[in-house]
Amino acid sequence: MKFWQKSLVAAALTAATLAQAAEVNVYSGRQEELLKPMLDKFSKDTGIKVNLITGKPDELISRMQSEGRNSPADLLISTDVGRLYRAEVQGLLQPIDSKVLTDAIPAALRDPKQQWFGLTKRARPIMYVPGKVKPEQLSSIEDLADPKWKGKICVRSSDNIYNQSMVAALIAQLGEEKTQAWANGFVKNFAQPPKGGDRDQIKAAAAGVCDIAIANTYYLGGMFDDAGDKAAAEAVKVFWPNQQDRGAHINISGAGVAKYAPNKAEAIKLLEYMVKPESQSWYAVTNHEYPVVADVKWSQRLESFGQFKAEQLQLSTLGELNAKAIQVMDKAGWK
Amino acid sequence: MTSPLFSRTITVFALLLAVPVLVVLGSLLTPQPELWAHLLETVLVDYVTNSLLLALGVGVLSAGIGTLMAWTVARYQFIGRTVVQWLLLLPMAIPAYIMAYSYTGLLDFAGPVQSQLRLWFDWSYGDYYFPEIRSLPGAILMLSLVLYPYVYMLARTAFRQQSGSLLEASRTLGFTPRQHFWKVALPVARPAILTGAALAMMEALADYGTVQYFGVTTFTTGIFRTWFGMGNQVGAAQLSALLCSFVLLLLYLEQWSRRKLKFYQQGQKQQEPTRQPVQGLAGFSMLLLCLVPVLLGFLLPALQLLGWACDRVDQLLSPDFIQLLLNSFSLAALTALVTASLALCFAYAKRLSGHWSLVLPVRIASMGYALPGTVIAIGVMLPLAALDNSIDLWAEQQFGIRTGLLLSGTLVALVLAYTVRFIAVALHSVEAGLMNITPSMDNAARSLGESPVGVLKRVHLPLLRASVLSALLLVFVDVLKELPATLLLRPFNFNTLSVRTYELASDERLADAALPALAIVLIGLIPVILLSRALDRSNRGAT
Repeated sequence: MKFWQKSLVAAALTAATLAQAAEVNVYSGRQEELLKPMLDKFSKDTGIKVNLITGKPDELISRMQSEGRNSPADLLISTDVGRLYRAEVQGLLQPIDSKVLTDAIPAALRDPKQQWFGLTKRARPIMYVPGKVKPEQLSSIEDLADPKWKGKICVRSSDNIYNQSMVAALIAQLGEEKTQAWANGFVKNFAQPPKGGDRDQIKAAAAGVCDIAIANTYYLGGMFDDAGDKAAAEAVKVFWPNQQDRGAHINISGAGVAKYAPNKAEAIKLLEYMVKPESQSWYAVTNHEYPVVADVKWSQRLESFGQFKAEQLQLSTLGELNAKAIQVMDKAGWK
Repeated sequence: MTSPLFSRTITVFALLLAVPVLVVLGSLLTPQPELWAHLLETVLVDYVTNSLLLALGVGVLSAGIGTLMAWTVARYQFIGRTVVQWLLLLPMAIPAYIMAYSYTGLLDFAGPVQSQLRLWFDWSYGDYYFPEIRSLPGAILMLSLVLYPYVYMLARTAFRQQSGSLLEASRTLGFTPRQHFWKVALPVARPAILTGAALAMMEALADYGTVQYFGVTTFTTGIFRTWFGMGNQVGAAQLSALLCSFVLLLLYLEQWSRRKLKFYQQGQKQQEPTRQPVQGLAGFSMLLLCLVPVLLGFLLPALQLLGWACDRVDQLLSPDFIQLLLNSFSLAALTALVTASLALCFAYAKRLSGHWSLVLPVRIASMGYALPGTVIAIGVMLPLAALDNSIDLWAEQQFGIRTGLLLSGTLVALVLAYTVRFIAVALHSVEAGLMNITPSMDNAARSLGESPVGVLKRVHLPLLRASVLSALLLVFVDVLKELPATLLLRPFNFNTLSVRTYELASDERLADAALPALAIVLIGLIPVILLSRALDRSNRGAT
């Protein structure tokens, strides 16, 4: 064989092996920065190439739906349980039988039908300004509807999924009527019309606009890492509500394997990789989220927020009640 | 008249572009009484009022700023004019939501301005009044500051193209310069100004990032709330369709307002209208006046971004970041070329025949500009995926092979979505230019034996240079800033600057988002500068 023939054969062979090289396609609602390092490590450890698209979870779900049986998606990652539930209802996911996953993840944090699995926990406690509020004055989320908090509370818009999930959880546990009454009172206590994100609520509390902010813990954690926001973060303390009864509100980020996944085996491998202790503690350190796997060490920052009791709600209910939660908030005038 | 092949091809293209908008309108066929009852009872009035006020406010403010600036630059020769006339274009390189973020950073309660005031005067919260930037007026201001260049660019071209004889005529009639402006120059430039204002208003109607961050509930926030929050995609599409009706109204008003206006520049090349020299203090204050929008719309936010970005400069040269730059730039350039060429064909075909089978789809496709990018993206995604899936099914039944997704998830889908979204910008710009060319010029050229294509190539194109360049520039910058469609339709492992900015900003890491945001601004500057120089040249050459 001449040299060029040899090279051609070699090239063809390489191309063939490349084509056969295992890969997995990920549609992720979690942004690239908070995922890619782990995916890269997964690729290095297993030799499986990861292709990634990030976006808003609902849009990714729409994309999977329209692509139908030709969808290249193997794994759908979402930053809240409501969207995973929605994907499941639309028949976009498939049940996965994996002992690794069922052993590692507590039952409340995964789908009873095994279509999706929680990967991290995200908590939404009360944050208060010491000096203005004594922790003894705080008790539960319900209490924040009491007129004594008038003009003292900062919370973001009801457009936000974390608020929607929080209210959905209340509906599930208190019933729609009581939740409506609570929302009506809660909205009257706002210090300002809702605007900005979670970080902005914490900053507003630190600046004196309000005494209490509702925000997810990882935003507070992130502010400690950001030179510009550190002072504001230090001005507030975390209070875990409802510790005497049902526990503080939590949500999860999670993932499910797509119904038409062309690389199902690889997708399961990736899922299982994500509940390994190393991966779990990576999340905790990088984005201050709580591990779903028991006895994984928390980051120092998370430790400083304190231990807490979480709601034991079956999380799929949050998805079922999301639309109802929005109607409740619309009626209460929560912008 | 025109060659049937040309006009048929153009009609097919126009229909293709109209499909995504029709998909949205088609949602009206599935009634959602429960949803609408809820919306009517609670939030719909808010949506309508806020959206209308926003559009109106942005229209008026950007028309005001844009016209004033265009007139000053076009009519007067003052110190620094040559620089300031392209500096005035810079704000459009800044995405509106980035503007909103940086102004909030500056003016918010916890920001440097208010903190400093409190320090100086020993105030605390509640002791003093400070205008709230995160409000409807704030949103109007933010959007107007980035959108006035649309009016400015079109009006400046229009003012410059008014021949010197117009000015001479009004002088002969004894008009003062002020009277000349109000009674002659402004009415003649009105189509261009209205076009610019209409574009700004459509963009304001479609805005999501700014209003969402400012907590102003508009149609767009309602669309997303209905879709994402309530999981009701049809309902969301219906809200979008309602938004379209606003735009129809707007377009109709624009047409109606110039129903009797037909101005053509008569005769051959006139002497260029000379700029009136303004010296000394007066000239200097003109410079200052022109610098106000530049300062507010560009310098301040850019400095804020720079301040945030400066300790992250090391990421600038990473191969990853350079890839982002390349992706953004090439996508924007490609789309600008495709969209401007199509717009030229549409506008020209319309001028030649004006048959409804062409005009209607073009009109429908133009509505895409006022729809949020996500809605357009869905409108592109659904039919493309349906097409791919039916080809796949057919191939499997006929030949036993699966073709998979041919177009979905490729750059083709992305460019198509951009084209639908931005064809209106290019079209308006080109049409405004075409309108200035008297039909007798076409007739003359045709009677001299030119074909329609020949007329386009040898008569119109040279005269349209400025308008086509404006179209290219506007689309380029718009695509660079575009986010929602990119996010939804892009292929695997394909990132752009706006996606990166958004991801960081949406995670409330504004400081980290500053670097890619700044890069969008910088890349946006390149064509702004190049093209404004080209515009100047063609203004000089082809008035």
